[in-house]
Amino acid sequence: MLELRNITKRFGDVLANDRVNITVQSGTIHAIIGENGAGKSTAMRIAYGFYTADSGEILIDGTVCRIAAPRDAIARGIGMVHQHFMLVGPMTVAENIVLGAEPGSALALGVTTASADIRRLSGELGLAVDPDAVVDHLSVGQQQRVELLKALYRHAQLLILDEPTAVLTPREVDEFFAILRGMREQGKTVVIITHKLSEVLAISDEVTVMRDGRVVGRLHTKETNAAELARLMVDRDVLLRVDKPAATMLGATTLRVRSLSVRAHDGAARVDRVSFDVRAGEIVGIAGVEGNGQTELIEALSGLAEASTVSGEIRLGDQDITRFGARARRELGIAHIPEDRHRRGLLLEFDLAENSILGVHYRKPAAYAGGILLDDPAIRRHAADIIAAFDVRPANVDLPARALSGGNQQKLIVGREFDLRPTLLLVAQPTRGVDIGAIEFIHRKLIALRDEGCAVLLVSAEIEEVTSLSDRVLVIHRGRIAGEVDPKAATVDEIGLLMTRGH
Amino acid sequence: MILDDRARSAPTRSPFRHYSDGLLGELIFPLIAVLAAFVVGGVMVLVVGDDPIQTYRLLLGSALSWPDGIGYTLFYATPLIFTGLAVLVAFRGGLLNIGAEGQLYVAAFATAWAGITFANLSAWALLPLCFLAAILAGAVWGAIPGVLKARFGSHEVITTIMLNFVAVALVGYFTQYHYKAPGDPIMQTTMIGGGAHIARLGRFIPGFPERIPLNLSFVFALIACLLVHLFLWRTTWGYEIRATGSNPQAAEYGGISIRKQMVLAMAVSGALAGMVGINEVLGYRYRHYDGFSANYGFTGIAVALLGRNHPVGVLFAAMLFGMMIRGGIFVDAFTNNVTKDLVDVLQGIVILFVAAEALFRGPFASHRLLKRSKI
Repeated sequence: MLELRNITKRFGDVLANDRVNITVQSGTIHAIIGENGAGKSTAMRIAYGFYTADSGEILIDGTVCRIAAPRDAIARGIGMVHQHFMLVGPMTVAENIVLGAEPGSALALGVTTASADIRRLSGELGLAVDPDAVVDHLSVGQQQRVELLKALYRHAQLLILDEPTAVLTPREVDEFFAILRGMREQGKTVVIITHKLSEVLAISDEVTVMRDGRVVGRLHTKETNAAELARLMVDRDVLLRVDKPAATMLGATTLRVRSLSVRAHDGAARVDRVSFDVRAGEIVGIAGVEGNGQTELIEALSGLAEASTVSGEIRLGDQDITRFGARARRELGIAHIPEDRHRRGLLLEFDLAENSILGVHYRKPAAYAGGILLDDPAIRRHAADIIAAFDVRPANVDLPARALSGGNQQKLIVGREFDLRPTLLLVAQPTRGVDIGAIEFIHRKLIALRDEGCAVLLVSAEIEEVTSLSDRVLVIHRGRIAGEVDPKAATVDEIGLLMTRGH
Repeated sequence: MILDDRARSAPTRSPFRHYSDGLLGELIFPLIAVLAAFVVGGVMVLVVGDDPIQTYRLLLGSALSWPDGIGYTLFYATPLIFTGLAVLVAFRGGLLNIGAEGQLYVAAFATAWAGITFANLSAWALLPLCFLAAILAGAVWGAIPGVLKARFGSHEVITTIMLNFVAVALVGYFTQYHYKAPGDPIMQTTMIGGGAHIARLGRFIPGFPERIPLNLSFVFALIACLLVHLFLWRTTWGYEIRATGSNPQAAEYGGISIRKQMVLAMAVSGALAGMVGINEVLGYRYRHYDGFSANYGFTGIAVALLGRNHPVGVLFAAMLFGMMIRGGIFVDAFTNNVTKDLVDVLQGIVILFVAAEALFRGPFASHRLLKRSKI
């Protein structure tokens, strides 16, 4: 039994865990759910020794333990599989599994004996993985099994899994859950961190719900339902529901996509012959389980995908822009709010003033003298205007973007992109990891932009967000448009089925 | 409206604002590193049997005496300012230029070539021509790894190191077989035209003897610091280079061609390294002398590192290293056991400590200055 008692952890001014109490019974599958930033990963990383708590204690089978580093956790039978796998790509499965716990001596690695152990382990659990395969050649689902085996090889009795299904296809999720059930039957304990309600209901025995760094609910899965969990998680019954007038001034077709395909380097089509239109003055939503081609679709439309991987036709108005680069597309009025603000949207080390001109840094008002010299006062005014209009806090243009909270970073990006007065806005996961106030703010802004006649293409993993914001919803499944639904008429279940089954 | 007054009122900002922790917060680690190096170095002096206090007094005294100490210190610092800036610009663009050594070799030879080939031109024509030769040769030699990386993805660390060897061999060949005075036993070219000579500072400063080779190139180096600062933080090119170095995917998103930036950053970096040729050929020897560089290109990496990749930091770091080169010569000559290798040891330890900054952040982290600014 693992017990976290009164765990508190601060990062700077952010209280990530506030007197958190979690009890995980042995031999159960325990789900910890909450929105992004609710503190669930932090709590579990403390249990695994990745972070140390500012106060509070960790008990294993009733005795207080000091877990200062992951090796302490491993020694006590706790294993953790991270969202981002920690595998060495060019090495074999067996080599990866023994890494850091090599059975042999300094001269003989002992991988052969390990291979046998691994075969036995994977046989017991139905984790079919070839120990001699090279990790780089495995699918994501198989790599995850390697991570599981890595923990089990170290005799983990309790496994912590951080968002394990985020990278899996629906079919792989089913297989994965079967493995977890098998582990439970063997007496192992599983803690699964997730924000997907359906998974909690499908797999767990007990649930701990977290919100804003606190535990707000402890429930037996059998005695609860999705509605109750969702309410506990967000504490806002109708927050993602937006009251919006229907699209009134539907204009001409702004974006016309025909038979668009995007291929990965391995040749697999991530986006597969997709065709759709977006008209001025409407929001078209793309709903789908993450990893079904949304990212690639947006990158292809914004000009960020490598040209050689894209085929088909993209037209903006009556212009064929399929071969245009990112800058040329921006100049034609395509704005883009990227799904990952840290990876794409911001220069975290740069100050807000410098971030406010990314993408327009070479033209007025940011630059003068033929676009060579930067006009610092003008840039600061530009940033200050965006900061004022979009209520970015703290309102100090000299701060590095890193210093802002996620919500304020997102508002800065939204403000910057809106300032382009776009004819087409590509927006992906606009409210991910954003606080409640900012979510509503961003939603209102998106609708206002639509009503000004902008065409908006919205990608979101949140069904509620897509259906309540969009005028039309396209469901994407394995890179294809599985169907179009009317967001006012369709139920979440209907859309969910399209998302997971594709028909 | 919630708006910080500072955002609107102050028209210009401190040049040090690019330091995330404020000036003092940034300086504290280089200072600790230097101090720690002197302590460790002192122990070593003690071990080999000399008096550390005396040795350091000799080192600093000879480096800071007027006029010779300061003159030579700044003279030795000049090429290091250029190479430090070169490494800095590449680094800001996310590239590690290990090839400043090769770039400055090619540039020095090109400078001499221009000075020899057009020796009869007047100073007004010849001097700019030689400048151009230095800058262009360095830029081209620097741009090659940039192009290779942009087109084929070759890692710049490998290609710049390789090109160092090519540069030395190529320049050696031309010096030996085409530009050497007949019968000259030394590997050096003939003299450049008199119009291309740069004045020594002794001509302008009363009481500063002209025998000290410190020349106007030092002033050019100071100007280069200023220009690099303006380039990086006041031009769109600099913005694009820094954006690429800071987060290439975000730069791409902002419509910046990161391939172009690789080439541009390496070309500017090479041009700065090439300006060493101005000091060496136009200001000091008036010819290309094979093997003149005392690893200026490599020391430039250390200078940029100690200077925290900021032009002002590079300036001070280069002067510190200039002091050590000057002082090392005297330590070598006037102590019983310590050789000028002490200077290499000091430099090595400085770099070790700067690079190991993370270690310091732990135990000293409670100190106000050492905390990363968090809002």
